[in-house]
Amino acid sequence: MPGIQPGMTKKRPGYSSMQWFNIVLQGVLIGGLYAMFAAGLSLIFGVMRLVNIAHGDLIVLAAYVSLMVTQAMGVDPLTSLLLVVPVMAVIGYTLQRGLLNRTLGDDLLPPLLVTFGLSIIIQNGLLELFTADSRRLQAGAIEVQAFELLQGVWIGVLPLLQFAIAVAVIAGLQILFYRTALGRAFRATSDDPSVAQLMGLDTRHVFAMAMALSLAVIAIAGVFLAVRTNFDPAIGPARLIFGFEAVIIGGLGSMWGTLAGGIILGVSQAIGAQIDPGWQLLAGHIVFLAILAVRPQGLFPKVSG
Amino acid sequence: MPDLLEVKAIDAFYGDFQALFGVSLRVEAGQIIAVIGANGAGKSTLLKTIAGLMRPHQGEILFEGMPVTGTPAFDVVNRGIALVPEGRRLFASLTVEENLLIGGQSHRPGPWTVARIYDLFPMLAERRHLPAPALSGGQQQMAAIGRALMANPQLLLCDEISLGLAPIVVRDIYAQLPQIVAEGLSLIVVEQDIAQALRAASHVYCLQEGRVALNGPARELTREMISAAYFGV
Repeated sequence: MPGIQPGMTKKRPGYSSMQWFNIVLQGVLIGGLYAMFAAGLSLIFGVMRLVNIAHGDLIVLAAYVSLMVTQAMGVDPLTSLLLVVPVMAVIGYTLQRGLLNRTLGDDLLPPLLVTFGLSIIIQNGLLELFTADSRRLQAGAIEVQAFELLQGVWIGVLPLLQFAIAVAVIAGLQILFYRTALGRAFRATSDDPSVAQLMGLDTRHVFAMAMALSLAVIAIAGVFLAVRTNFDPAIGPARLIFGFEAVIIGGLGSMWGTLAGGIILGVSQAIGAQIDPGWQLLAGHIVFLAILAVRPQGLFPKVSG
Repeated sequence: MPDLLEVKAIDAFYGDFQALFGVSLRVEAGQIIAVIGANGAGKSTLLKTIAGLMRPHQGEILFEGMPVTGTPAFDVVNRGIALVPEGRRLFASLTVEENLLIGGQSHRPGPWTVARIYDLFPMLAERRHLPAPALSGGQQQMAAIGRALMANPQLLLCDEISLGLAPIVVRDIYAQLPQIVAEGLSLIVVEQDIAQALRAASHVYCLQEGRVALNGPARELTREMISAAYFGV
């Protein structure tokens, strides 16, 4: 991030408006990644009222799957998505049919406990297989490519690509939800699972398709995360928190709200980091708490009740 | 010719509470059957059991001569039994048209399409893009019937379609039943409104506390026989 380098070295710099613009812009771009963390979480909660505590660990799992694919096949991480996305989708479908469907019912607690357990299993499984060493996916030249948007404002090609894909993912989910038969089935099952069965919908299959879709989005998020930053088996829960925060800020049930939530979180963190590098995460949490206090339903809620 | 539906001595439970005791019922092709009875007599339970939402503990259900006992609901509708649930229960986040489309999810071939449903209930056509909760009670009931018809069933189960509706609306809806039956399907109508049920149906079953207290052709049943079976006096 060459644009913010001076801020790291010089304490309390007087920023020009151009520099602030740059900071906010970088925050927006990272917000796309957070929106992708959040989209799958929101989708699952919307369709089956399941709070997936293992969501962050599944993101990390996707990063490791990509690591294996890149090492085994010698492709770059972005190309590995062609394999990682379907693999994660199949894992999602199987996980839902084999395990999580059995936990669903009137009570919210069993799925919460089971996904919490799953989170621990995934973390320890990854630790066993890959050790606690930090890894990184190497995307090659694209990682350092950048162009000058305005004078003094540089945009990295990779962050921009990541943001564009995040917007495309959100738009795709929106279209899928409101324009396709599968989306109709998701919404109907979410409204009333037992009447959905009367329509010939096998709700177990509908739920599994939702989880497959969620993990497909997770796969994309995981790979971009792993290209952007170092990862190890223990970083999942923090990604889960970012996802949660973006969902709550945006408002449950609204995909575009989720994107807005991710962006607000990203910008808050970017600004916080400029005030003091130690404030990066704190600033995000504070903004999240402030919005929760002032507008508990989020900024763009879709569903009432 | 075998019966379209044969319910043989089914028992059904909610937990420890037994709701049906050895209930039997037959529907021939093209028939309208009315099931009447007081609140809690087991009428809705009977329909839910036939539709596959509940599994009977005892007894057997045959549809077109094939057992469907314990078949899950999503499979039962694919075989050709559709239920209009009590209270309509349209999908609230779907538009009227989406509610109809999802009714056709099973892709059974047959005469019913979205356009045909709009012919049957023109009021729905004008409101096709509204969310389902924006409809009046009567319109919602039409949409619920339309949604069930979209599965092109051979047997349509209607649970209290007059519930909470103005008499004139009920009459309008019932006026469409002959047109529906003309497409060759059979109906089981659960009703609290006995007069309405007797007018529409050829055969009546009266349930009382989970048992069939009376059954017979609609024109042979007298008011006295029905009130005796209804109230158990």
